[in-house]
Amino acid sequence: MSSKTSFENTVIDWSSTIDMIDNVRIDELGVKERTSSLATRSIKRDSKLEGLNKIVSMCDLTTLEGEDTEGKIAQMSSKAMTPDPSDTNVPNAAAVCVYPSLVSTAKNIVRDSNVKVASVSSYFPSGQAPLESKIADTQFAINEGADEIDIVINRKAFFEGDFRKVYDEIVSLKEICGDIDLKTILEVGELETYENIKKASLIALSAGSDFIKTSTGKIYSGASREACLVMARAVREFADSGYGVKGIKVAGGIRDSKDAIRYLVIINEELGTEWLTPEYFRFGASSLLDDVLKQIKKIKTNSYQSSYYFPRG
Amino acid sequence: MNSWQYSESIESEKIVNIEKKYGNFIDGKFVTPKSKQYIDTISPSTEKILSSISIGNQQDVDYAVVSAKEGLKKWSKTAPSERAKYLFKLARLIQERSREFAVLESLDGGKPIKESRDFDLPQVAQNFFYYAGWADKLDIAWGNEKYKPYGVVGQIIPWNFPLLMLSWKVAPALATGNTVVLKPAETTPLTALLFAELCEEVGLPDGVFNLVTGDGSTGSHLVNHKDIKKIAFTGSTGVGKYIQKSLAGRDVGLTLELGGKAANIVYSDAALDEAVEGVVNGIFFNQGHVCCAGSRLLVQEDIEEKFIKKLEKRMQTLNVGNPLDKNTDVGAINSKDQLDKIEKLVNEGIADGGDLYQIECELPKNGFWFKPSLFTSVQANYKIATEEIFGPVLTTLTFRTPEEAVEIANNTEYGLSAGIWTEKGSKILWTADRLEAGVIWANTFNKFDPASPFGGYKESGFGREGGRHGLLSYLKVSS
Repeated sequence: MSSKTSFENTVIDWSSTIDMIDNVRIDELGVKERTSSLATRSIKRDSKLEGLNKIVSMCDLTTLEGEDTEGKIAQMSSKAMTPDPSDTNVPNAAAVCVYPSLVSTAKNIVRDSNVKVASVSSYFPSGQAPLESKIADTQFAINEGADEIDIVINRKAFFEGDFRKVYDEIVSLKEICGDIDLKTILEVGELETYENIKKASLIALSAGSDFIKTSTGKIYSGASREACLVMARAVREFADSGYGVKGIKVAGGIRDSKDAIRYLVIINEELGTEWLTPEYFRFGASSLLDDVLKQIKKIKTNSYQSSYYFPRG
Repeated sequence: MNSWQYSESIESEKIVNIEKKYGNFIDGKFVTPKSKQYIDTISPSTEKILSSISIGNQQDVDYAVVSAKEGLKKWSKTAPSERAKYLFKLARLIQERSREFAVLESLDGGKPIKESRDFDLPQVAQNFFYYAGWADKLDIAWGNEKYKPYGVVGQIIPWNFPLLMLSWKVAPALATGNTVVLKPAETTPLTALLFAELCEEVGLPDGVFNLVTGDGSTGSHLVNHKDIKKIAFTGSTGVGKYIQKSLAGRDVGLTLELGGKAANIVYSDAALDEAVEGVVNGIFFNQGHVCCAGSRLLVQEDIEEKFIKKLEKRMQTLNVGNPLDKNTDVGAINSKDQLDKIEKLVNEGIADGGDLYQIECELPKNGFWFKPSLFTSVQANYKIATEEIFGPVLTTLTFRTPEEAVEIANNTEYGLSAGIWTEKGSKILWTADRLEAGVIWANTFNKFDPASPFGGYKESGFGREGGRHGLLSYLKVSS
């Protein structure tokens, strides 16, 4: 697997991007059928425990609320570092995901751990702001110490048919990110069709995103396994074209282990097992982690435990 | 490396209760075969002996036909709505015991449990429900035209979808007022025997459904029996021709559902990732033991390289192994004979000059297995491009224009099914109009519905099963 490359090598030129977008053809029923067929995989015993541990290590523990305070962020960051204090075999979460103004708080807590701090920016969740503002928003988060940046695509431009603008904005934001991983949120619930999702995926990947991400979690419809499958195939096409290996983040409405495992299966079978690391696959979630921890305990002790046995996040 | 292998997830065999030895089901009960001859039925995935079944001889077939004639006296006087009730009861019982049937089917036949559980059994139940619904509506099915049942019907079914083929045959035959003598394939008799138990359980009148197990000789006795009024056969074209010859000159109805060598046409403007799935499903479903399998991939030349690369990558993710593992995608080859046949044809394909790609996987030590395989660089005159392999082997041919695609697709003695992959609706219609195949799928493959007639052109047979047309296979014009 190739290592991540510098900015110049990361952005794919616009004409190659257009070629890919023009060739997007998706059969909706085929996508649904494949997704539901993968959902019948029976993940038991060792493979289940392994999968659950992977999910913990791929979690971007998230809070993106107006009511977020330094206290709340500190609590969540601490949980990300040691999700289950009673079991040292449970890995730490991949990151915490917060608003720019709370990055430094989170950073202070996770400083000496592997846990990264991701910040949303670019006028998350709507993205309805001039590029200068999005750049300033992103720059602020970086200055505060963010290790990763989660932006939203310009859906206004996308639906107006100005794909170039969508692309250019991401390129500009990636430029200021430099080596910092950029996760680009497509907001699949708004894009609605699989063709839109694939087109937006390819635009975001070409423009230098390190991850494409399903959703903000702020609208009626979040991640879906079908969208994840379509995005996985976009990532595969991108890699097969020699453009680089990129990651996927699914976020919004994934609340239980069973669902999360089904996402893992999609990635495992559509992209391959080498994508099953926090470097290339993430879950953006708030309540998922506790359910996964309970399931891990269940496998190890054969009994379900109440939520109050796990620290609040 | 960080690989994530799925642990074994085995469906328990404990749910099924297999007798050591089975007789025939005649006159509403299991009876000891007059032939006193038995043959073992084994599990093709382990070669373990599952049970012993009878090889019915002339006397056994006689007994069954006599019983069916007796049964007809009562069945023909049974009100259509009453006939429907029995079929509805059977459908519901099949649903209730579907897990048991599914395990039995996978054990005896080698197909993955996910297929017997999610495809075969739901389809079987649906067929009984569907034809139960027709039983009391036959008078209005064809306006003023009047039809009547044949009487005693002989049905011979294959080993690839044992219970499903039983349902395709038994449900419409009983709905239309016929009585049945059924002969299942000798390698996969167990689900038919369990079905006979259900007939007993629902109290189907004696002699309405009769089952004689056995091999080709038993089938031959059935075909040549003087009191049989109709034969319905699903199986190889060779045997189908033999049956048709045997029946020439006799007033016996016949429907044949035989072999196929279906073209799966992938145009360059298809949704390729979904087409890959469809092509994989088209040929590796049930180890390719499917008469309507998409065994010839016709891919437009300008995307051949790209498509084959995607296809090979996808094939490599197929899990081959224990049919009872819920994560198995490709199970065991049904019998040693079939495995030999596949191996022979594949070796001929290599000798002819075809390039063979097989996935890397470990095959179990015992049992009959064949790795999912893909031939490229194949010419139209190679045997692998014309003969039905009936195994997990896909043959690739290329074309330049739609005209040429149709020409190649029709360049076969068979005409059972075909697939078309393009995102352009007008091209689907143009192509479908010109293909000589009984069933044509567009942007999907291997889709079945009891309401949709299934059957072939040319040497793939005649007559239709399924839908309203399927009723006609068991009815003749009334005098």
